[in-house]
Amino acid sequence: MANYLLVESRDPYQFTDAEAFYQIAADLAKAGNAVTVYLVQNGVLPARRGAKNGQVATLAATPSITVLADDFSLRERAISANNLESGVSASTVDDLVDLLVQPGTKAIWH
Amino acid sequence: MTTSQEKTLTVALMDPPYESEASTTALRIIDAALRKGISVNVFAYEGAVNLTMKGQAAHPNPVKGTSAEEQDHPTTARFISGLFGMSGEAAKLDWAVCGLCADERGAGDWIEGPRRGSPGDFYKFTQESVNTLIIGAR
Repeated sequence: MANYLLVESRDPYQFTDAEAFYQIAADLAKAGNAVTVYLVQNGVLPARRGAKNGQVATLAATPSITVLADDFSLRERAISANNLESGVSASTVDDLVDLLVQPGTKAIWH
Repeated sequence: MTTSQEKTLTVALMDPPYESEASTTALRIIDAALRKGISVNVFAYEGAVNLTMKGQAAHPNPVKGTSAEEQDHPTTARFISGLFGMSGEAAKLDWAVCGLCADERGAGDWIEGPRRGSPGDFYKFTQESVNTLIIGAR
């Protein structure tokens, strides 16, 4: 089992490959790995409650997947931290750095 | 893993300035790491060699009728100069610019801090870091 940190900067409305990235997260979790998905930039858009993309909510409901949304990116897009999909938590760039320096963590930016 | 590895992060940047929000995010990550006492190695290649160009100038906004001073647009070179100001014994910033990429673009006139490098530097960076974040262009 390994720790994976998947940083998603793209939204699924402009880039369909964002959905492939969600699938990678799901598959890694299914294989027994601990996965953190850190949403940043337009990657936070599908985390807004009621967004017409259920995959982020599905990921957040998976026990071995943690879904975080960058607070700076949320504020830039007028998305309140109180208006996120269930299971998605607002986070900070400090948290992202803490995750990056955890030994053994495999980080992938998309 | 050595202590220095545990306290060093490598970031590879590819985007040119003012093209992508990823540049801003990368600078935020580097800033946060340095503030936490974590050293950062940066390998800037392709368009990212322009991030540190000394001659970058803020511009006025003719639509709003405001001057460059009033607009106070941050340049990436100014941002990065500030990051070098944070670099010290507790946390060091090492910024290697891909020499061939810079030559192709005539982009060798940098602010104080960055140095000329090569993909070999990137390999060394990865070996001495706890993690490497590769932020590619689209």
